[in-house]
Amino acid sequence: MANIGVLIETSDNNEVKKTNFGVITAARGEGGNEIFGLLINGSGLTCKDAVQEYGIGKLVEISADGANLSSNPELQAKALAEAMKHFEINALFGLSSMQGKDILARTAAILNAPLTLDCVGVNLAEDTVTKFHFAGKTFATIKLTGECRICGIRPNAIEAKAGPCEAEVMSFQADVQDSGRMKVKELKKGASERVELTEADIIITGGRPIGSEENFKILHDCAEALGEAAVGASRMAVDSGFAPHDMQVGQTGKTVSPKLYIACGVSGAIQHFAGMKTSKVIVAINKDPDAPIFAKCDYGLVGDMFEVVPALTQALKSDN
Amino acid sequence: MQIYVCIKHVPDTAVNINVVGECGFDESVKFVMNPYDEYAVEEAIQIRKKAGGEVIIVSVGKEAATKTIRSALAVGADRGILVKTDTQFLDSSLTAQALTKVIEQDGSPDMIFTGKQSVDSEGMQIPYRLAAAFDMPVVSDVAALSMGDGNVTVEREIGSGSREVIEMTLPCVVGAIKGLNEPRYANMVGIMKAKKKKLDQIDIADLGLDINAAGTKLTELKPFPERGKGKILQGSPQEMAEELTQLLKNEAKVL
Ligand SMILES: Cc1cc2nc3c(=O)[nH]c(=O)nc-3n(C[C@H](O)[C@H](O)[C@H](O)COP(=O)(O)OP(=O)(O)OC[C@H]3O[C@@H](n4cnc5c(N)ncnc54)[C@H](O)[C@@H]3O)c2cc1C
Ligand SMILES: Nc1ncnc2c1ncn2[C@@H]1O[C@H](COP(=O)(O)O)[C@@H](O)[C@H]1O
Repeated sequence: MANIGVLIETSDNNEVKKTNFGVITAARGEGGNEIFGLLINGSGLTCKDAVQEYGIGKLVEISADGANLSSNPELQAKALAEAMKHFEINALFGLSSMQGKDILARTAAILNAPLTLDCVGVNLAEDTVTKFHFAGKTFATIKLTGECRICGIRPNAIEAKAGPCEAEVMSFQADVQDSGRMKVKELKKGASERVELTEADIIITGGRPIGSEENFKILHDCAEALGEAAVGASRMAVDSGFAPHDMQVGQTGKTVSPKLYIACGVSGAIQHFAGMKTSKVIVAINKDPDAPIFAKCDYGLVGDMFEVVPALTQALKSDN
Repeated sequence: MQIYVCIKHVPDTAVNINVVGECGFDESVKFVMNPYDEYAVEEAIQIRKKAGGEVIIVSVGKEAATKTIRSALAVGADRGILVKTDTQFLDSSLTAQALTKVIEQDGSPDMIFTGKQSVDSEGMQIPYRLAAAFDMPVVSDVAALSMGDGNVTVEREIGSGSREVIEMTLPCVVGAIKGLNEPRYANMVGIMKAKKKKLDQIDIADLGLDINAAGTKLTELKPFPERGKGKILQGSPQEMAEELTQLLKNEAKVL
């Protein structure tokens, strides 16, 4: 029996993000191992019910003696590495989210452990993971060796399956010192509370013809009608100044794999596909029937986005 | 300031990748500088302009990577070093060790720049491994940077449109993303000058690394199946919208 760790990510209000459940499912594999949930920012009490449902048997609250772990990624990674050693955890799983990627990479660097990020599949028995190379153009299988390994999983890539057990909550005090070399001075919140693209189940994206920042309103309205949907942009829309860079989907923007991706006024350039081709269902709305995006989507709507998108918003609303 | 910039020679993102054998691909396609590394090079050049010093380009790759190194020299970097390997997919830890060794042998970095990720193998970890090896602080996904006195303030994108403002002491490692700056293009003069700049080459075998110690090994590369032409809906915007809503609910079951 091996000890396997799962770094649990919580939201601002201290709830377990639901994207963790697929990660726990992957870490559980065929069973037979002890699964540790590792919490850096979060209370065992509020997280216990959610994570034990998926098979976390031990839930560890990590803190540091005399140092504040919150918003100090360097210290967090040191504490996490210590906890892994203490509990003899030789495989660590986590989310390949913005926060997860950073802390997993820091931890792997400290432990000098092999690391694979953005994995979409895990085979514990064979010690292999699968992920994309070349932005979704190829699918790679990677064999991991060594005493300890760390693996980040793309949000929503692995389906969550319940496997209930009773979690024991415990705490671990790491002995780490702040090097004082880096300090998070401020958190600049985005202009609006947006759903993060890389963690969203549904995404609606606007291309260059959206024409202005204000016009993104039709997409935000539709996103609302779709549920917890995020709004993205093509590079042309970003470079034209209609949307901030962090809304860009694609090769030089974000890689997403939601259940549903709706591209509005996006031509379907290879670099755009690079960021969204692994979405489960792709819908294209474009006024040119010969737009390349129609050749690689599931549903195509030929029409003016300024007419079709509001109509879709309406149809979704009246359907609810 | 002695500034090192790590750049990777990768296939152009616009080309198709044809898988060859178990885990190779047809490498006769166009190769370019890893797109994120362009922002790293530009930032280093801008800092040198103000603070003085030297910008040194380092790359681990095949002989052909000299072309990409020259392109960085053409936009203003001072000199380059290539660590030669015979594989495009070297384990990340080994790559970081190779970069560390050549940088150590060459000088003492005040800053090390990288991109946030390679677009071929998508390891997303070299900046962190370099930082650990040099015992420096590191921030990746950096979209803004300003130099202070003995320190640097960076803005890291953390999702949902938010950023963390982080101050680090020098020396440090920075992983760049798009938005950090506007990379300049090379002009004729730059390209001519680049031909005369120093570009050292060293074989990875001569760095004394244990190549067999790789913790990750690519065992299979497969093309990802393209999706076919979709179902094209007909009718007025309202009709199409209603039909799509039903299809997403009942056929695709994603709503
Ligand atoms: C190194 C590199 C990296 C890149 N990275 C990215 C990236 O990360 N993300 C990215 O998106 N691109 C990226 N690109 C750019 C990419 O090649 C395309 O230029 C870009 O995706 C095109 O954006 P677009 O589809 O919004 O605009 P366009 O190509 O201008 O297409 C607009 C589409 O909208 C349609 N249209 C026009 N008006 C309407 C209307 N009223 N209603 C409906 N449809 C309408 C048109 O028929 C057309 O198909 C990159 C390019 C390079 C070289
Ligand atoms: N072979 C390499 N040679 C030089 N720099 C590299 C190499 N591989 C990765 N890097 C740098 O590390 C960054 C992150 O790469 P990766 O961790 O492979 O995703 C890249 O943007 C480059 O700046």
